[in-house]
Amino acid sequence: MPTTAELIKFIFGRLTIDALPLDEPIIMGTFVMVALGGLTVAGLITRFKLWGYLWKEWFTSIDHKKIGVMYIVLGVVMLLRGFADALMMRAQQAMSFGSSHGYLPPSHYDQVFSAHGVIMIFFVAMPLVVGLMNLVVPLQIGARDVSFPFLNNFSFWMTVGGAVIVMMSLFIGNFARTGWLAYPPLSGIGASPDVGVDYYIWGLQVAGIGTLLSGVNLVITIIKMRAPGMTLMRMPIFTWTALCTNILIVASFPVLTVVLALLSLDRYVGAHFFTNTLGGDPMMYVNLIWIWGHPEVYILILPAFGVFSEVVSTFSGKRLFGYTSMVYATVAITVLAYVVWLHHFFTMGAGADVNAFFGITTMIISIPTGAKIFNWLFTMYRGRVRFELPMLWTLGFMVTFVIGGMTGVLLAVPSADFVLHNSLFLIAHFHNVIIGGVVFGMFAGINYWFPKAFGFKLEPFWGKVSFWCWLVGFYLAFMPLYVLGLMGVTRRLSHFDDMSLRPWFLIAALGAGVILVGILAFLAQIAVSIMKREELRDLTGDPWNGRTLEWSTSSPPPAYNFAFTPVVHQQDAWWDMKTHGYQRPVAGFIPIHMPRNTGAGLVLAGFATACGIGMVWHMWWLAALGLFVVIGGAIVHSFNEDRDFHIPASDVIAVEGERTEALRNVA
Amino acid sequence: MSKAHSSAVHTPSDRLTFHLAEEHHPESSTLLGFWIYLMSDCLLFAGLFATYGVLGRAYAGGPTGAELFDLPTVALNTAFLLCSSITYGMAMIAVQEERKQQTLMWLGITGLFGLGFIGLELKEFTHLILEGNGPQRSAFLSSFFTLVGTHGLHVTCGIIWLVTLMTQVSRRGLNAVTKRRLMCLSLFWHFLDVIWIGVFSFVYLIGAM
Amino acid sequence: MGEHATAHADHGGGGFHVTRKDYVTGFLLAGALTAIPFWLVMTHAVTNPTVLGFVVMILAAVQVVVHMIYFLHMNSKSEQGWTLLALLFTGLLLGIVLSGSMWVMHHLQTNMMPVSAEQMRQAP
Repeated sequence: MPTTAELIKFIFGRLTIDALPLDEPIIMGTFVMVALGGLTVAGLITRFKLWGYLWKEWFTSIDHKKIGVMYIVLGVVMLLRGFADALMMRAQQAMSFGSSHGYLPPSHYDQVFSAHGVIMIFFVAMPLVVGLMNLVVPLQIGARDVSFPFLNNFSFWMTVGGAVIVMMSLFIGNFARTGWLAYPPLSGIGASPDVGVDYYIWGLQVAGIGTLLSGVNLVITIIKMRAPGMTLMRMPIFTWTALCTNILIVASFPVLTVVLALLSLDRYVGAHFFTNTLGGDPMMYVNLIWIWGHPEVYILILPAFGVFSEVVSTFSGKRLFGYTSMVYATVAITVLAYVVWLHHFFTMGAGADVNAFFGITTMIISIPTGAKIFNWLFTMYRGRVRFELPMLWTLGFMVTFVIGGMTGVLLAVPSADFVLHNSLFLIAHFHNVIIGGVVFGMFAGINYWFPKAFGFKLEPFWGKVSFWCWLVGFYLAFMPLYVLGLMGVTRRLSHFDDMSLRPWFLIAALGAGVILVGILAFLAQIAVSIMKREELRDLTGDPWNGRTLEWSTSSPPPAYNFAFTPVVHQQDAWWDMKTHGYQRPVAGFIPIHMPRNTGAGLVLAGFATACGIGMVWHMWWLAALGLFVVIGGAIVHSFNEDRDFHIPASDVIAVEGERTEALRNVA
Repeated sequence: MSKAHSSAVHTPSDRLTFHLAEEHHPESSTLLGFWIYLMSDCLLFAGLFATYGVLGRAYAGGPTGAELFDLPTVALNTAFLLCSSITYGMAMIAVQEERKQQTLMWLGITGLFGLGFIGLELKEFTHLILEGNGPQRSAFLSSFFTLVGTHGLHVTCGIIWLVTLMTQVSRRGLNAVTKRRLMCLSLFWHFLDVIWIGVFSFVYLIGAM
Repeated sequence: MGEHATAHADHGGGGFHVTRKDYVTGFLLAGALTAIPFWLVMTHAVTNPTVLGFVVMILAAVQVVVHMIYFLHMNSKSEQGWTLLALLFTGLLLGIVLSGSMWVMHHLQTNMMPVSAEQMRQAP
């Protein structure tokens, strides 16, 4: 008969009451705020009886558009968390000089910067990018949905599961104190025996599976589901970048899975991959994780490049300059992304010939990127440029990204890197390309495609406030870091003695504050747009005089996207249709075959998340149960053959009839 | 893709057609999708092989491959896996000839070979661990167990999948869905055999020299 | 879509045709290509380990190709060449990951490993 203590240990693993941060006022305050906010939202949903609607129309939906929107919502919500971490860091570094030690103890500060990096990359940038691709790609290629709609829903919920695991660490136990890539031996069991690194590992493993499957899904969708006539060289550039990004996902995420699995084996079974003893080699971890990590950078930036290409061409009223060179540049970047990883650890000591090789490949990769910048400039040249919101973000990007690119080439010189590595110069560089490239790209994309997803435009005033605050705030926040980096200040420090550095940190903190206004203005933009949606309504489905197929259908598009599959004759298919006086068919509708909604994805992802949580807290029964249900559930699901249905022609006629009516009213 | 619909693209009249009047049926995505997944699995093994390549000689004063590997057992194991490949091939031929009972029989034999493989591998692992040469002994043994064990885990998943499909075939017969799934499993099974070539050459044979 | 589109679109490039002859040829070739390296290593027929290692790896590479053609039915036509393209790209990345890691880590080990007293004495 097991004793009570043994039983509790069996059920809760290493989870005890001490894991709750009851003695830390900052965390408890956050917890109360989050709990109150969550209860309010839940209360409102209950009050307006929206649970059924959310479950039926969104959570179980396998419609790529809704899944795309849910990804983007996840990204924006997590942006608030990740940015709160950023504000805490900026405040700490601005305060913690000389005798003052700021308000964050080092162990907490270390968790903050680790969580900031992990959340911003995996749960902000990735969901935004994947969400935008999900929303737009099937529409751009004239498809009804992605190739594997059920898998798409499952992938989304796995990403949410990863986010849940990482967020849990805020209130139960703690997060890793290792930085966002958790290098051993610091992340090994000796130096980090608590749950922090385990939260990191399982959060990323769960989300990583989702990302990988979503990558396979989108690659196949683009290869197989294109409308007749859309050859590869007639695909919109955003679809091209999405194809390359998803190829990168499929070909790099397995390496992340491996390296995290090896780290877990070190931690859980006492293996010696990355230990300092018995033959282990910590640098092998660094080598492997950057084999994933460098392609990851391009996974994020390529779709942003795609957005800018669409935006520049639409708002200049011209065909994209140098379409072919744009495609080849994208493909070249995709391949080159795999031969530059060592530039992240030049200082490891691999020697001159290795460093020279990777320094040169890194410099080479800036050539196709530069070609793209020229293509965008030449597209604008002699175009009738309309300075709408997406175009503003694009212009902001072009200036900012060039600066980031140039500091990148500087860092690619190994000898310069020996001076600048691990300094705030590096921090300034990658924020320069990630904010100036990815974030600006996602905001351009959200402003550009929002009317497609919801049927009304985003309000321009608050949009402009948001843009200018982000732009100015970015320069204020990160230019000082370049200066500090050149002065030799290293990253991840929570305290400084040299008072002369302080003005720069104060400016940086001010910049973070301005960016905060930018984020709030973005939320205000959404809220104001929803309130003024009737004024901002677009009934044509083509508010920007667009060029690609997504603008040919209604906004929001019907569940089946296109009543009839489009036939493509050249690039910019919708522009081609408009110039040929295309008449939208109003009769002859047929039933449409569509997949059925299912809650299976959410349930399976929920158990996978439970499995991850069980592993973190050594609740072996929970881990085993989660794994068992995931495998068993997948098998049971494979027996279910009732997966699709036909939308009857009468429904199609009704939906299309409404659109005919709406279009007549506009005209 | 465009070829299949060339009739729609070049209409006899001068006017271009911009939509299809009938429902568009893109080709099946499943096999290619599964193939792309296998490629990503292949890169998963690339990470493990690279780790073994770097750490495979880090014996840390412990036993070397030459001292530990029992090549006759490995040869027998390899034979099991190779035989399972051809028996799976025979199952696919039976599928093609629409012979359900034969399909089930060959799938069953394939599964038995797979079980034999797993059994031998488990025996080898337990033997090593009981002798004190588990994955905790040295970086070489850590990477050896992980690489070979991951392959074994894949084979185990393959067997579970095989049993699932045998159930589906015996219940529902050989229809489009079960046939497609058998083809996917065929790719998976043969793919594991390809990975095993890397394992027995790179790990066992070169390690045993 | 894919899951259900197949139900009536099985005529597409989805499947592959297999023959008994392919499998038997593949099996015999693979058997030989497996047996030779095992025999070479187990009987110590080749004494130079570098040569032996090289031979084993070459035979393995050939056997991989045999499996690809006869068991995985790889050709340049299936799925409009996408399967082969994906395979070649994966092969390229496999080469980069394997040789790159080993190259980089080998250089690290020669440059950075602690030097023993014995090596110190022999240093010029």
